[in-house]
Amino acid sequence: MIQTLAFYLFAGLVIASAVMVIMSRNPVHSVLWLILAFFNAAGLMVLVGAEFIAMLLVIVYVGAVAVLFLFVVMMLDIDFAAMRAGFIKNFPLGIAVALILLAELILGLGAYNAGGLELATADGAAAQRVGQSNIEAIGVLLYGRYIFLFEVAGIILLVAMIGAIVLTFQPPKPGARGRQDIGKQIARRPEDATVLKNPETGQGIEL
Amino acid sequence: MTEFFQSFGMSYEWAWTVATLVGIITISLLVMFSVAMVIYVDRKVLGAIMMRRGPNVVGPFGLLQSFADGLKVFLQETIIPSAANKGIFLLAPIITFTVALAAWAVIPFDAGVVVSDINVGLLYILAISSLGVYGVVMSGWASNSKYPFFSAMRAAAQMISYEVSIGFVLVCVVLFAGTFNMSGIVMAQQGHGLGFVNGFFFNPLLFPMFVVFFISALAETARAPFDLTEAESELVAGYQTEYSSMAFALFWLGEYANILLMCSLCTLLFMGGWLPPVEWAPLYYVPGIVWFLLKTFFFFFLFSWIWATVPRYRYDQLMRLGWKVFLPMSLIFVALISGYLMATGHFS
Repeated sequence: MIQTLAFYLFAGLVIASAVMVIMSRNPVHSVLWLILAFFNAAGLMVLVGAEFIAMLLVIVYVGAVAVLFLFVVMMLDIDFAAMRAGFIKNFPLGIAVALILLAELILGLGAYNAGGLELATADGAAAQRVGQSNIEAIGVLLYGRYIFLFEVAGIILLVAMIGAIVLTFQPPKPGARGRQDIGKQIARRPEDATVLKNPETGQGIEL
Repeated sequence: MTEFFQSFGMSYEWAWTVATLVGIITISLLVMFSVAMVIYVDRKVLGAIMMRRGPNVVGPFGLLQSFADGLKVFLQETIIPSAANKGIFLLAPIITFTVALAAWAVIPFDAGVVVSDINVGLLYILAISSLGVYGVVMSGWASNSKYPFFSAMRAAAQMISYEVSIGFVLVCVVLFAGTFNMSGIVMAQQGHGLGFVNGFFFNPLLFPMFVVFFISALAETARAPFDLTEAESELVAGYQTEYSSMAFALFWLGEYANILLMCSLCTLLFMGGWLPPVEWAPLYYVPGIVWFLLKTFFFFFLFSWIWATVPRYRYDQLMRLGWKVFLPMSLIFVALISGYLMATGHFS
C-alpha cells in the first residue's frame, strides 16, 4: 500500500521534473529540476531494494556532477529568447533520440521477458547471493568476475584525467612571479622579517 | 516502537509509518533544541576565550539567549530583494535546513536508538551532506547580488574539494569496520585498542585519518578557519547577505545542525559512539546516550575553541590543503590500511 503510493509519487515526480527540465525557460531552473529528477530516481532505486545504487546516484550525480552543471550554468550569460528558438529547432532531434531509447527499452524488456536470460549469475552463484547486502553482491561481481573491465575503465579514466591536465596546463611565463613556496612561507620567522628600530627625534633612520 | 502502535490494532505497515513519524518529530525537535543550546555554548566559550562574559542577561546565566534571538527573528519582516529570483531565493534556506535535519535519520544515539537503521547508513550521510552545498549555491545565485554570488562560487569549490578526502577517510573506517551500517561501525570499535579501549581513534593507522576527517569537517561546514564563504572583510556576510528574518534563521539553524552532525560523526566513527571510552564494567552503568552526548559535546567544544583561536585561511591555501595534502594522504592511507588488513588476514 505505502510502497505503491511511494512508487507513484516518485515515478510521477521523475517524469514531471524531467518534463520541466526541457520546458523551463531559465537554464538554472532546468538544472534544479534535473536534480529533483535524479533524487526521485534514487527514491525508485530504494523501492526496488537497490539502496547502494540509490546512494551512489545521489552522491555522484546530485552531489558532484549536478553541482558542476549548476556552477557552469550559473556563470553563463544567456539570451533566453535565443534559447526558446533553439527549442523548436531541436525538437525533432529530441523526439528521434527519445524514440530510439523507447525502442531499446522495449527490446530489452522483451528479451528479458522471453526468458533464457539470467541476471547477475556470475559463476552460477546467484542463490548464494540472496542473503548478501547489495554492496557485497556488487563488490563480489565487480572485483571478481569483472575485475579486468573494471581496471580498463580505471585506466581510461586515468588517461582522460592526464589529458585534461595536459590540455589546461600552462607553464609559468618567463619573467612572471614564481609559484608560492609554502614551505618557505611557513619557515619564515618574525625575527628574519622584521627589525625594531628606535630612532632619535629629528633624525632619519637607515635600514 | 512499531510493536507499541501495533498493539492498538493497526496493521504492520501503518504502525511502522506512525512509529517512524513519531521518531522523526522527536529527533527533529531534540536536534533543534540542542542547536539552540549549542549556539549558547558557542558564544559562552568564545566569550571565555576572549575574557568576556558572553550572553548572560536573558534567563539564568543567559541560558534563554538563543530562544530570545529565535523569537526576535520570527517577528522580523522577511525582505525579498526585488531583483532576486523569488522561488529559488526562498527555497535555498529551506533546503539547507531540511538537509541538515535529514542526515540525523541514521545517527544512532544508543544501541538501537535510531530512526532508520539502514545498511548503507554512512553512504546516506555522505549523500545527504553532499546536498548541503545546494542551499548555499542557490541562495548565492538567487540573491542576484555580487557578494552572495562570490560566496556561492567559493562554497561550491570548497565543499566539493573536501568531500573527496572525507570520502576516502570513510573508506578507511569502513575497511576496518566491515560495514556501512552506523551501529555496526560503532560495535566494531568495541575493544579495538589493546582489547579494552573503545574507538578507532587509538589505532595508529586511523588516527591520522581522524585528523584529516576533523579538519575536513571544519571545511565542509564552512566553519572557522575555513569560513571563506562568509568572510566579513571581503564578502559582507557571504551568501546570507540578502536574507532576513526566518529565512536567515533557517540558514543559521541548518549550519549549526550540520556542525553537530559532524561532531556526532567524529564520535560515531572514531570515538566509539555510545560505548564508554574503556571496557570497564562500572562505566557500562552510565547510559550509552550520555557517553554519546558527552563525546559529541567534546568535539563541539573543539570546534568553538578552533574558531576562537585560528585565523582564517587564504583561499589558495584552502585549496592546496584539500587537493595537495589531504587527498594524496588519505589515498595513501586507503592503500596502507587495506594492505595491513590483507596482511593480517582481516578479510578471510
